Amino acid sequence: MGKFIRLKKGFDINLAGKAALKLSNTEQPETFVIKPDDFHGIYMPKVLVKEGDSVKAGSPLFHDKKNEKIVFTAPVSGEVVEVKRGEKRKLLEIKILADKTIESLPFTKYSVSELANLNREKIQEQLLTSGVWINLIQRPYGIVANPEETPKSIFVSAFDSHPLAPDYSFIYKGQENYFQAGIDALKKLSGGPVHVNVHSEREISPVFAQVKNAELNKFSGPHPSGCAGVQIHHIDPINKGDVVWTINPAGVIQIGKLFLNGAVDASKIVAVAGSEVSDPQYYKTYTGASVKKFLANNLKNDHVRVISGNVLTGTSIGKEGHMGFFDQMITVIPEGDHHEFLGWITPTTQKVSFQRSWGLFSFLTRSKEAVIDSNMHGEPRAFVQSGVFEQVVPMDILPTHLLKAIIAEDYDDMEALGIYEVIEEDLALCEFVDVSKHNVQSIVREGIDLLANA
Amino acid sequence: MKFLRNTLDKAKHNFEKGGKFEKYYYAFEALETFAFSPNTTTSAKGVQIRDAIDLKRLMMTVIIAMTPCLIFGIFNVGHQHFLAIGQEAGMMDKFWIGVIQVLPIIIVSYGVGLGIEFVFSTLRRHPVNEGYLVTGMLIPLVMPPDIPLWQVAVATAFAVIIGKEAFGGTGMNVMNVALTARAFLYFAYPTQISGEVWTYLPEGVQTVAGYSGATPLAIAAQSVTDGTNVVSQLNSFGTGWADGLYSFTNLFTGIMPGSIGETSTLMCLIGAFILWATGAGSWKIMVSVFAGAWAMGLLLNGLAVNPYMEMPAHYHLVIGGLAFGAVFMATDPVTAAQTETGKWVYGFMIGLFTVLIRVFNPAYPEGIMLAILLMNVFAPLIDYFVVSANKTRRLKRATV
Repeated sequence: MGKFIRLKKGFDINLAGKAALKLSNTEQPETFVIKPDDFHGIYMPKVLVKEGDSVKAGSPLFHDKKNEKIVFTAPVSGEVVEVKRGEKRKLLEIKILADKTIESLPFTKYSVSELANLNREKIQEQLLTSGVWINLIQRPYGIVANPEETPKSIFVSAFDSHPLAPDYSFIYKGQENYFQAGIDALKKLSGGPVHVNVHSEREISPVFAQVKNAELNKFSGPHPSGCAGVQIHHIDPINKGDVVWTINPAGVIQIGKLFLNGAVDASKIVAVAGSEVSDPQYYKTYTGASVKKFLANNLKNDHVRVISGNVLTGTSIGKEGHMGFFDQMITVIPEGDHHEFLGWITPTTQKVSFQRSWGLFSFLTRSKEAVIDSNMHGEPRAFVQSGVFEQVVPMDILPTHLLKAIIAEDYDDMEALGIYEVIEEDLALCEFVDVSKHNVQSIVREGIDLLANA
Repeated sequence: MKFLRNTLDKAKHNFEKGGKFEKYYYAFEALETFAFSPNTTTSAKGVQIRDAIDLKRLMMTVIIAMTPCLIFGIFNVGHQHFLAIGQEAGMMDKFWIGVIQVLPIIIVSYGVGLGIEFVFSTLRRHPVNEGYLVTGMLIPLVMPPDIPLWQVAVATAFAVIIGKEAFGGTGMNVMNVALTARAFLYFAYPTQISGEVWTYLPEGVQTVAGYSGATPLAIAAQSVTDGTNVVSQLNSFGTGWADGLYSFTNLFTGIMPGSIGETSTLMCLIGAFILWATGAGSWKIMVSVFAGAWAMGLLLNGLAVNPYMEMPAHYHLVIGGLAFGAVFMATDPVTAAQTETGKWVYGFMIGLFTVLIRVFNPAYPEGIMLAILLMNVFAPLIDYFVVSANKTRRLKRATV
């Protein structure tokens, strides 16, 4: 039986522009990309295609020079139109112009009963050659899972607690069989249990509710209850030397499809949300889609920030950018590059704040959906220990001390204070609430990189 | 506003890199961001939205929490002045005397302190930190009303330079800056900051018959040598010129001589409420300071061998600067303990030491200042143990 974990600390940001539960019939975007920067722990990508090559879904695009088994494959079939490089020839993205109908390279197809008898090696091999493997993320460090290791457990967070996050019971509707097949395959890879975690106060999709071969755990409480790191901390914490893998439900379903259909199917339903979207709703597309068509004639004004992902962990990509590999939503918010006269003291109910300092009356209107722009609302300052970090981290971790250990590059302290248990998203709320406007997530990543490369 | 914005935009390039006044960029930035909150946006990766709070607003909240103490203090300076010279006076006259006496101290404190901040920020190329906004108001509130302005200036300069900048500026200081100023005065000019300074009495003014400037703390200390009951001494004080000056009600409301903003426990509690409601100060520290002082008071009652030890424990909470220290000094986020568990210990020890120092140290009647400075030094040690406990929990988990 699964566990029930009640979390109290955290903060739900109630943003305006939630996606309506309907699927748009806009035509497919033309281009799709895959960006190495969406993954951590890649030593050096070696490109395997040239501009002009035609590829199918599942065709290798590049692999990691350090670990050639880990292959990054095309999400769609079509023509490679650009291999974009930056400074020092660093690979930035590979762009594919998609065919009208998407075809996959053929992979071995199994029935549910055949899958049950498949051994670990066979499963691993098919996942690696098809490129579906890269959905698996390893903790500590949040890097692409190493096939040489056996994790002590695998975690699937089956709800997204981020602001405006897509509704999992909508986007995964009807995927029961694929999800179950994916879990069955993962169970073979895991040295221990597979955990599927749901939120006790939300509608639990039958996709997850009826899952077999896995532990179904329930969580309650505000964001970051949906972050895998928080869930691992409470169910099967990572100590030095432990390895745990995480994967999102989209990845599990993709694994299921790979084995049941014998094809790479990177299709997914994404939410297009945010206060500046005229008609926030869902779109069916593929991993790495161009956002251009989703936003055409769908923006309330021109001065906006387009984010692949959510407002806490996403990346600003511009109106013609492409979605990140793991992202399941696009958020559009107003750009906040304006001065405000006496903005530091004027009383307001409009500006959202976790805190209740003088003039910040938003705590009186928490139930109201808010429009928040990208303004910093202040200047960077030295750390002030106001105790708010501790109120948004529902783990037995001292965030300020951990961050200071990272800045001081104190390896022993980082380790002792729990850096193995966190990645950027777990502490993203600290970055939001910080009075001193630090880039908490990049500090966390610096610390992880220091230890991972030590 | 448009005009001001345009002027700033026009001037700005002179202060940016390569500009004529590049050196003074941070001074310019400090002034600019006071007029307008900046137009900077979040970076492309990471959080895309930020909480509306900034350090300026947080510090302003603390200042707002101090205003009841300040306004009451201004009134009380005038009130005590007229009591001492035996004159009847209206509310406005009392306020007026208070303003004349207190405003220059505030101006000197801010002028000297901010001046030093700007010089250091220019020399060391770091932003001007808003922390001084609070310190600059705390310093006047812990000064006696009769203090010469040059002493305020010297104490402020000492506190900011030696107490803060020498350690690397705001956020790095070990000891509370405002208390450092007060401690400096106490040790550098001991004769001027004790005795008859707690009431504003210009030279040549005749005091009323029977007038004495003794504070409740001094009376309590005196009773040890005299062997008299503290409470009855306090109750009978002021008879003839200010009946019931040190009654418990007066001690609580703060209508008595003392530092400008420290006397009123009631006003401090209003401030504490504001700090608690806005989350700007740690309620754990405030509560535990009072708890520590009261617990120590009770303990001394139990072991009493002299009148001061016999004084009811709740008197300790209203005499001297305990309330002000607990609410505004001990909660300074830079110098207090930084872990949540540590805050309980830190506050409790401050309360405990305050009473201990008061009762057993005849040289210095007011314990809260020394207790807070002492615990400022020990705060990192308290945190060290709390952090170690967290590490140990993590290690223990591994073996299970």
